[in-house]
Amino acid sequence: MSKETLYGWGRTSPSVSDVISPATELEIIKDIATAKEFIARGLGRSYGDAAQLGGGIVIDNRDLDGVGVISYDGVVTVGAGTSIDELLSFSIPQGWFVPVTPGTRQVTLGGAVAADVHGKNHHLDGSLGNHVLEMRIITPQGAFTISPTNDGELFWATIGGMGLTGVITTVTLKMLKIETDLVLVDTERYENLDAVMSAMKSGDDAYKYSVAWVDCMTKGSSMGRAILTRGDHAKKSDAPTKKLEGPKPAKLFVPFDAPSGLLNSFTIKAFNELWFRAAPKKKLAQPQSLSAFFHPLDGVRDWNRLYGKRGFVQYQFAVPDSAGETVVKAIERLSTSGVPSFLAVLKRFGPSNNGLLSFPIPGWTLALDLPVGPSALPQVLDDLDEMVLSAGGRIYFAKDARLSHDKVHAMYPRLGEFLSIKDRVDPEHRLVSDLSRRLHIGR
Amino acid sequence: MENAFGQPQNVIVLGGSSDIARAITKKLCTARAHTVVLAGRNQQLLDEAAKEAHEYGATKTDTLLFQAEEVSKAGETVSDAFDKVGENVDLVIIAVGLLGDQRALENDSLGSARMADVNYTWPVAALGEIRRRLVAQGNGRILVISSVASVRVYRDAYLYSGAKAGLDRLCQGVAESLKGTGVSLQLLRPGFVRSKMTAGQKEAPFTTGVNEVAENTMRGLASNDLVIWSPPILKYVSIAMRLMPNQIWSKVMKR
Repeated sequence: MSKETLYGWGRTSPSVSDVISPATELEIIKDIATAKEFIARGLGRSYGDAAQLGGGIVIDNRDLDGVGVISYDGVVTVGAGTSIDELLSFSIPQGWFVPVTPGTRQVTLGGAVAADVHGKNHHLDGSLGNHVLEMRIITPQGAFTISPTNDGELFWATIGGMGLTGVITTVTLKMLKIETDLVLVDTERYENLDAVMSAMKSGDDAYKYSVAWVDCMTKGSSMGRAILTRGDHAKKSDAPTKKLEGPKPAKLFVPFDAPSGLLNSFTIKAFNELWFRAAPKKKLAQPQSLSAFFHPLDGVRDWNRLYGKRGFVQYQFAVPDSAGETVVKAIERLSTSGVPSFLAVLKRFGPSNNGLLSFPIPGWTLALDLPVGPSALPQVLDDLDEMVLSAGGRIYFAKDARLSHDKVHAMYPRLGEFLSIKDRVDPEHRLVSDLSRRLHIGR
Repeated sequence: MENAFGQPQNVIVLGGSSDIARAITKKLCTARAHTVVLAGRNQQLLDEAAKEAHEYGATKTDTLLFQAEEVSKAGETVSDAFDKVGENVDLVIIAVGLLGDQRALENDSLGSARMADVNYTWPVAALGEIRRRLVAQGNGRILVISSVASVRVYRDAYLYSGAKAGLDRLCQGVAESLKGTGVSLQLLRPGFVRSKMTAGQKEAPFTTGVNEVAENTMRGLASNDLVIWSPPILKYVSIAMRLMPNQIWSKVMKR
């Protein structure tokens, strides 16, 4: 056991916890027997305070690793501490890809299930929870094997449950068959938000993957100008046959914390301009590697240090399809407030799954990276919360570091069901995180 | 829990009825603070401050009486305040201070000692218990209200500015000692502030109201900087204050 200062990827709100690294279920059971409060942690890629617990015990899941044999139909069981990067290194050469991947491979499967991560294919394939067949979980009331048909209540409370129902130890999921390690990508530039949103609404269903990068720093007629990239896995017939290769380690890294303020309105505007100009106006069927298409930021290790010691917050919300104008209003509010934000990520969500605290709802989602520092930022985001809530939307817990607790019930109407299931497996409320304390979940 | 912008939910204010403390408390309650425990020497003023905290968004408030001359009871007062919060405390503000009448006190042993107790010894004693409780939590923040007067002690208020200087320097050591504990300490160094404490006194350059101090404090909590200046320009003015030769310093302060 060691005392460690932990924070999320945004590097805000640190706290010190006792960290343990069990390698077996038995070790976890022994460790939690005397722990007053505890929570699991993976690779620390949630942006806020979800995987830390000041003064409590944090169970680092990284030694719960290992990847099983991938069956003929793509079913594989992995240790919850296995990262998507490790899984892909093993599975891509055999012709299998993960059914859902977030924007980074550096997340553990346990963490990915706890956040019910989504990817560029949510509009067709849903989030990761849709592809999980079974899990093992250790709760204060014992260890359980759960699936949609075996204690489905606990299963769907755990999908997106932010680790608050127990420590996930293994995940069994159904992988996706791929013929090549390439994606054929169509890229199009749009001069404003309305144009890109209408292109996504009418055309996304023709692609397995779709995402738009939106510039939130432009105003007037070019407000929300965007680059839309959409693609599908290349088939053998599309690309010359060769050996399928797994992801490669990052070649670049940020060796020290940049000065806070390096990323300001001026530098971010310049970056957004360059990014926008560098994209082709229209380019079809361009072959890209899986890493380049799905995980471009993994090419630079520790890129979060660019935001300096003050850190940054990511603000991600989802609103129903009928509330598309909320996306427009949110970007308007940001572009007029002078709060700098990097290229935002805009996506369409398909149907929700049964995860009680799972984030996606059918409609739109927008994610923004915002450096901490501008004095207007806290209030701007509080205003956006109100807009999102009144549109019937919600904020993503895995990204959040600043939401007010009094909005959580309205954003997640199934929270009551979640809490009663949590009470069943954690009657003494020992599964706690800094996030659950801040958002008053489960007390 | 505190959020990414340094906005706390559970707050203790020692010296909670002072004008600066009340202005900061109001801002904190408008943001995220819902539990506020106010400690001070005057129950009526504390009740007013608690009512104000409610009006600005707190859902749970409590008050606690203490005398800053009773140094031996400082730890107990802090402990009671933590118990009244009943869960993790995100922010403890030490807003205890007494400007005093320098000329009336400077030849008075007991009066001088009282100035040192209120402005220095009691806060130091309180810090011991605050430090212990927050480090055990693994997170939390301490905000100590110092003063620009701590930068350089001066003739007309050396009892006050000398004690503040001592507290200010000591707190820098506390802040250093807290590295790696998840707890942090910040110093607020306001300039001359229009308040009950300074009523009737001649205003100095860069005078502000309490609301401006509170706004600068909110920005400072988000920044994590060790020193929060109010107004921010005092950061640069203080450099001149430090470097000024004694003779000029005396003349400047006589004006």
